[in-house]
Amino acid sequence: MTNAEGSTRSTRGLTSSVGASWMRAPCPALVVDAADVVVEVNTRAAELFPRAERGAWLKDVVPGWLVEGHRRAAAGGEDPAATGPVRGRHGQWSLEAHPTLVPGGDVVWWLVDDTDRLLAEAALRGERQRTAFLADASTRLLASLNTERCMEVTVDLAVEHLADAAVLVGHASGRRHPLALGAGGEVTHRSARIEPAMIPGLAEALQGFPPVPSRWIDPAALPDWAVPDGFAGPAGSVVVTPLPGPGFPAGALILLRRSDRAAFDASEEVFARVFAARAGAALSAARLYQEQSGITATLMAELLPPVLRQVHGVEFAGGYRASKDTERVGGDFYDVHPGADADQETLAVLGDVCGKGLDAAVLTGKIRNSLHALLPLADDHQNLLRLLNGALLNSRHTRFATLVLASVRRRGSTTHLRLTSAGHPAPLIVRHDGTVREAPTTGTLIGALPDVRSTTAEVTLKPGETCLLFTDGVTEARGGPLGDAMFGEQRLRSALGECAGMPAEAVVERIQMLVAEWIDDNPHDDIAVVAITAPRTRHLTAVDGHSPGRYTP
Amino acid sequence: MTQPTTAVAGSDGALLERARRHLWQAVGERDEYAAGRAVFTALDDGADLEDVLLDVIAPVQRKVGAEWAANRFTVAQEHAATAIHDRIIAALAHRTPEPPPAGAAGTSDAPGAPGPSGTVTVACVDGEWHALPARILAEVLRRRGFRVDFLGAQVPTPHLIAHLHQTAPAALALSSSLPTRLPNAHTAITAAQAIGVPVLAGGAAFGTDGRYARQLGADAWAPDARAAAAVLARGLPQPRTGAVRQTLEDLPHLDDQEYTMVSRSKRQLVKNTLAGMEGRLPAMGAYTDRQRERTAEDIAHIVDFLATALYTDDPGLFTGFLRWTGDILQARGVPAQVLDPGLALLQEELKDFPRAVGFLTQGRTAIGGDTPAPEPRPDA
Repeated sequence: MTNAEGSTRSTRGLTSSVGASWMRAPCPALVVDAADVVVEVNTRAAELFPRAERGAWLKDVVPGWLVEGHRRAAAGGEDPAATGPVRGRHGQWSLEAHPTLVPGGDVVWWLVDDTDRLLAEAALRGERQRTAFLADASTRLLASLNTERCMEVTVDLAVEHLADAAVLVGHASGRRHPLALGAGGEVTHRSARIEPAMIPGLAEALQGFPPVPSRWIDPAALPDWAVPDGFAGPAGSVVVTPLPGPGFPAGALILLRRSDRAAFDASEEVFARVFAARAGAALSAARLYQEQSGITATLMAELLPPVLRQVHGVEFAGGYRASKDTERVGGDFYDVHPGADADQETLAVLGDVCGKGLDAAVLTGKIRNSLHALLPLADDHQNLLRLLNGALLNSRHTRFATLVLASVRRRGSTTHLRLTSAGHPAPLIVRHDGTVREAPTTGTLIGALPDVRSTTAEVTLKPGETCLLFTDGVTEARGGPLGDAMFGEQRLRSALGECAGMPAEAVVERIQMLVAEWIDDNPHDDIAVVAITAPRTRHLTAVDGHSPGRYTP
Repeated sequence: MTQPTTAVAGSDGALLERARRHLWQAVGERDEYAAGRAVFTALDDGADLEDVLLDVIAPVQRKVGAEWAANRFTVAQEHAATAIHDRIIAALAHRTPEPPPAGAAGTSDAPGAPGPSGTVTVACVDGEWHALPARILAEVLRRRGFRVDFLGAQVPTPHLIAHLHQTAPAALALSSSLPTRLPNAHTAITAAQAIGVPVLAGGAAFGTDGRYARQLGADAWAPDARAAAAVLARGLPQPRTGAVRQTLEDLPHLDDQEYTMVSRSKRQLVKNTLAGMEGRLPAMGAYTDRQRERTAEDIAHIVDFLATALYTDDPGLFTGFLRWTGDILQARGVPAQVLDPGLALLQEELKDFPRAVGFLTQGRTAIGGDTPAPEPRPDA
């Protein structure tokens, strides 16, 4: 090496002190003339390019990209900086070279070592991709509460970002494991009796033990069920990772890579576990939801309002709306208990338990059960109500209920009704000419007082006439075009007046629709409506439920 | 199954025509027995069940609606007709043969298609009471070999989504007749898609060309049950699960808050408009409470449709509704121009909302004093 003072050319235009600084500059720099000859090299540059000495040909001492850059910069004329920096690799370094023109036509090359920055940038990019993937994965995984969908999304994401193929082994139900297999954009589901011990680490993963290193797993020894159909094998590397769930594992994920691809490295295995933790959480949530909704459906089945139909030549139709749209049951209830044959009375009951929501619904279930047990006594409404009152008074519930009983029997074209209200709004009767009358029945509510009293009204219906049982959710519905009026009995009566001659379902639908329009989006109570209608004409017996198949006159 | 355009070829046109005539007469007289005979005779004479559903029952039901609009049917007749059709369809279900093996129907529909795989959930939008079109679609799909979950009329969106979570169907067929349910439909569409269930929209609410189905981001739209079955047989790609798409992504114009303001202050708008009308129209002083309430209901309807028009940013939705209302009024001997004072008052109430004012101006033109309102449809 030489020093600045020893160089005749390097002192051109530079004070010696600056020249000395230039030599000791922390940034590698070299001066090259227009003929590609190295004119000057500072200390750092000399460390970087050991063969770079004054007078050497540039092409002999620096990488080709810098030679190219110099030729372009030297040809660039006045302002080589305008051509911008050039960059390239030199050994283990990544360099950025900035040219500046020195008077006389030489070019000074300032070299910036950006190796670390590039590494950091690459790492940051990788991290960002992984974070973005995890965020995307979480959103997609948490969207569905269906276990099958959730398995599908997990496999889909794994194939998209982590592997060439993926197999999710779900928690066994009985001896069969649900499997979701994905490769090439397709995900298939099946369930199979598998031997987890066939794949090292799988049995452990399914039991919640830590994963075994990928190198322990022999890809060639994978059983057939663990290789998805669309996978263009052979498998080169395999990772088995548990899908952890709260309390117990939600399953295990098998990732496969083809032999022509790089094997899973340690950081990828770790990352697969991070992803699997999210998938496991989502899958567990989905399974919990499915289990809970299964339990709810089973318990709820008895509480749901029944589907009504024609019984012994009389039409029954019911409509129900719980006070909250998210609920399906509430404190209102109805039932129809068909008579054993056409000569027996059919008992319809509609009632309202004090309170709303599930608690009230549970009590409606008890009342409905008690009533069912008391059916043989239904020919005496007063007696039946007395017994029901006793049963309610003795139960631990402190709630009371109102209800209305209707015993219905058709004789010829006339339908006979015995109607008894126990503290409930009296049923309304619509005649074929559209007049509406209240059935003259009153009574005390049940479950509150030791003694209950009631009067029974006897009513007959001619064809096309309807008796409407309803809860106060109808009459007390608040809303209307101005938003603050009660639907009220008068509106109900005039609506019912238009229902003369309608089939029972149409009456129920009409009333429900008008009340729903009235309520719009206001809060409301439970609403129940039952229509008992003497049919206007003969019926399609097929709908009666007794003669499925052919329609008969 | 056959392609939509050639479906009628399966049955004798004259046979269906006769069945339509008999069914129409029977529902007009509310004679369920005769209605059943009209349909079952056609089937016994060799008519295809799907043709009976789509070319006998569906058109008669449409005509019932038209007759009501023209004041030739009472509300009771309309409801009775619907109930009769509903019962006939229930009875028809007993005649439906066992579904063919999965895939069989799809193979003939579109070669190479996956066929009816998975379940299709058929449901009406929250607040939609017209279940018959959805019911007919459910029967057509069943007959073509699909597994169908029919959820019926006015399914609250939370119930619908819970059902979709539990069953993960291959597709949701969402039906709506009333345009005012479009915001509800939008909620259901985006929620279903977020959990990975593609949505096929159908019914009058989505527009005769399906424009609102597209606007609200439905995966597909079909003009009728045959087209819907064909779309479903081809299969709809599963949307990516993920976050629920925000309303503004589909409808950037909602940014101006006009829809929000109009629908939130609906009650106040109705009150103010009603009070304004009472001040300007002395005749209203003699109104009974019932008549006053009816007028308020009419204004509420207008506000509902105005809000929906703002939601879809389509003044045509509003003017179309006003023309239709005008027809109905005229069929009942009331000139359509009776709506004008209400529209004028709404314009004053909403003077700070340029979109709403523009729509109201177009609405007033549509029922305008000089232009005679269109005659009620002469339905033969």
